[in-house]
Amino acid sequence: MQRRTSRLALVGAGVFALALTACAPGANAGGGSESEPSAEANPWFDQAQFDLENERRGAQFEGDPAKPYLQYLAGDMVAAADYALDRPGKVCFANASLSNTWRQTGWITMNQQLQVLQEQGVVQQMETRDAQDSDDTQVADIDYFVNEGDCDGFIISPYSPDATTAAVERACETGKPVIVFDRAVSTDCVTSFVHSIGGMAWGIDVGEFIADQLEPGDKVVALRTAAGVDVFESRWAASQKIFDDAGIEYVDYLTGADPAEIKKAVTDEIAKGEIDAVWVDLGDQSVPAIEAFEDAGVDVPIVNGEDNMAYLRAWKERDLNGFGGVYSNFQWRTALLALTQLWQGQDIPKDWVVPQTPITSAELDAVLRVNDEMPDVHSTSFGGEDLPGFPDAWRDRIIP
Amino acid sequence: MTGTVAEPAVTRYDPSRPPLARRLAAGLATPGGIVWVLLVALLVAVVAYNPQLAAPDQFLRLIARMAPVAIVAVGQYFVLVSGEFDLSMGAVIGVQVVLAGTLIGDDPSRILPVVLLMVAVAVVVGLVNGLVTTLLRVPGFITTLGTMLILSGLTFYATGGSAGQNPAEEFRVLGRSGLQLPIIGYLPWAVVVLVVVVVIASWLVRRPFGRLLLLSGDNPRVAHLAGSSVWWLQTRAYLLSALAATVAAILLVGYAGVHPSVGSGYEFTAITACVIGGVVLGGGRGWLLSAVAGALVLESLFTLLNFVGVAATWRPTVQGAIILVAMAVTVLTTFRRRRPPVREVPPRSEPGAGEGAPAPASQQPRGT
Repeated sequence: MQRRTSRLALVGAGVFALALTACAPGANAGGGSESEPSAEANPWFDQAQFDLENERRGAQFEGDPAKPYLQYLAGDMVAAADYALDRPGKVCFANASLSNTWRQTGWITMNQQLQVLQEQGVVQQMETRDAQDSDDTQVADIDYFVNEGDCDGFIISPYSPDATTAAVERACETGKPVIVFDRAVSTDCVTSFVHSIGGMAWGIDVGEFIADQLEPGDKVVALRTAAGVDVFESRWAASQKIFDDAGIEYVDYLTGADPAEIKKAVTDEIAKGEIDAVWVDLGDQSVPAIEAFEDAGVDVPIVNGEDNMAYLRAWKERDLNGFGGVYSNFQWRTALLALTQLWQGQDIPKDWVVPQTPITSAELDAVLRVNDEMPDVHSTSFGGEDLPGFPDAWRDRIIP
Repeated sequence: MTGTVAEPAVTRYDPSRPPLARRLAAGLATPGGIVWVLLVALLVAVVAYNPQLAAPDQFLRLIARMAPVAIVAVGQYFVLVSGEFDLSMGAVIGVQVVLAGTLIGDDPSRILPVVLLMVAVAVVVGLVNGLVTTLLRVPGFITTLGTMLILSGLTFYATGGSAGQNPAEEFRVLGRSGLQLPIIGYLPWAVVVLVVVVVIASWLVRRPFGRLLLLSGDNPRVAHLAGSSVWWLQTRAYLLSALAATVAAILLVGYAGVHPSVGSGYEFTAITACVIGGVVLGGGRGWLLSAVAGALVLESLFTLLNFVGVAATWRPTVQGAIILVAMAVTVLTTFRRRRPPVREVPPRSEPGAGEGAPAPASQQPRGT
């Protein structure tokens, strides 16, 4: 009996070892996911959208460059006549969530702008519902606003485009202005869609920065926050396309932005061999990745980030080869201004595209100087420098 | 009565220890032993993929990374052998990480008070888990699910779910750096902490506390009749697990930084690690060191998958499948051992008899 179990155990260990080698063929074929999926096979890749956003990266924006949050691309306008209000209005804001630093920074800017509009007598109040990253909650929030919100206009920052569409259409049926910003919805009933150029443009900016400095066959480690979230997927799809075209190898990890996971992934990749660049789709991921190289006693290669101060400071302090992709944070302010401009009788663009300017090493010092007092989690494209309460509201970062 | 005396299955207690080789072989055949074979196999595979990991300092860095999970597994071990679960460990880590990040900030002088506060939080969580489970007789699974939700809700409330500011570098030393030593080169503090935790835990297991805790998990009635207070034993187990989660949190803040998702899922990783290490769910059985080995097995497995290069979207499935295989390997041996010896069953003339042939054991009418 005893001998039998020990033999069984050894057989089991053998099976286990076999199971391990069963996953090895990918590696033998030259590195698992490095060779498998390409941008063309990525369901999130859309060539037409890629070309559109690529073209807009170099486009000329209308309006005062000192106020990028009011700039737009020439196109169809919405006539304000139907929406003008002769009294302070009530804004109803259905927010997807405040669950990342980008959204928190934008939310602060939006509230500072709100105070100005309230003092001007344009806005009476803003009622906000936070869906906490849930489609169900957001649909309920919008329906609540439609049925008993007593709203003069809606601002919706959708959690996921398709799930909220029906609720957004119900908001449109009220005849009140509906402003959607950040992520899109799958309906064209909305009065205006406010967004910066887009995730693909972000992915092209970052992808080109990396690809321009690498040779074919060089290796990129891609740290992805989440699968299936359009903001992140469009960034990755565009960069993936650039890497494919440049013949650059890549391996991707889904980290959930958990710094422990990021460090493990990067440390394992360091052990595997030389890394020529680290690509991240979220600025929060950059610093743990940089630390992984430092802890391993290896030179830090190209690591991109965003306009978050933690990354920009790490870039400056360590003199990295860096690049800050930007998804313009000031669109939170634009969304509120879009609605109130309609109330005030000013026409606004139907598709309101605000500029999206990445941070390069040439601009780094200037950006750091303006945002010197700001906490690590601040986004420098917050666009509130000319609002009352600057810099205290963003420095103290009390989430309203 | 005389028949039982003749049974060869009854072994009398033999004060002389069998030879070491036989004891080792017998040990390896248990789930708590085979996990060491798995661990060695995995580490060999990891090193085979990356020969430079064989260098002592690189190898110790690898172990350092695994230390937080192993420490959480140590804490979970105490609760599991007492017959309960602690699902709140990941949430405790999250709370402690955010506490350290927000309260310490850039000021190293706040480290000591904040650490004391973290210990106090752990004690409160452990006491609540333990007392609600034992005195109010709520199953530990439900109690700790409740504390998990409360704590992760607090973390979410405090952070909104986004990353926070990292605490002073002085606080991150334990998780991030180590000692420069001759011979082995580099000894990460995390490895030192892991060894200290394991030594203390092993000592506790050999103390009357540990023995009685195992007994209370196996048979609380007997433990009670033997004069020990089962509620206090189990409450202490919950205290230990909350403290272990706190130690892991201190290492993780150092290693990784502040993010509310740090620690999420660690409770399940720790339970899996213990089961792979042969700890029986339901309590009363299991070796502490094998639970630690189970944690190291899991972590080396994840590392190996990174080396092998499984596509990111596909990786959880592969991990799950391999965990099932690992479980099967270790658990299979227990089932074999626990089944009554085959020889005692009367031999059947037709070994391949189908369902139609009534087995001797099922002759009494069913469904009464």
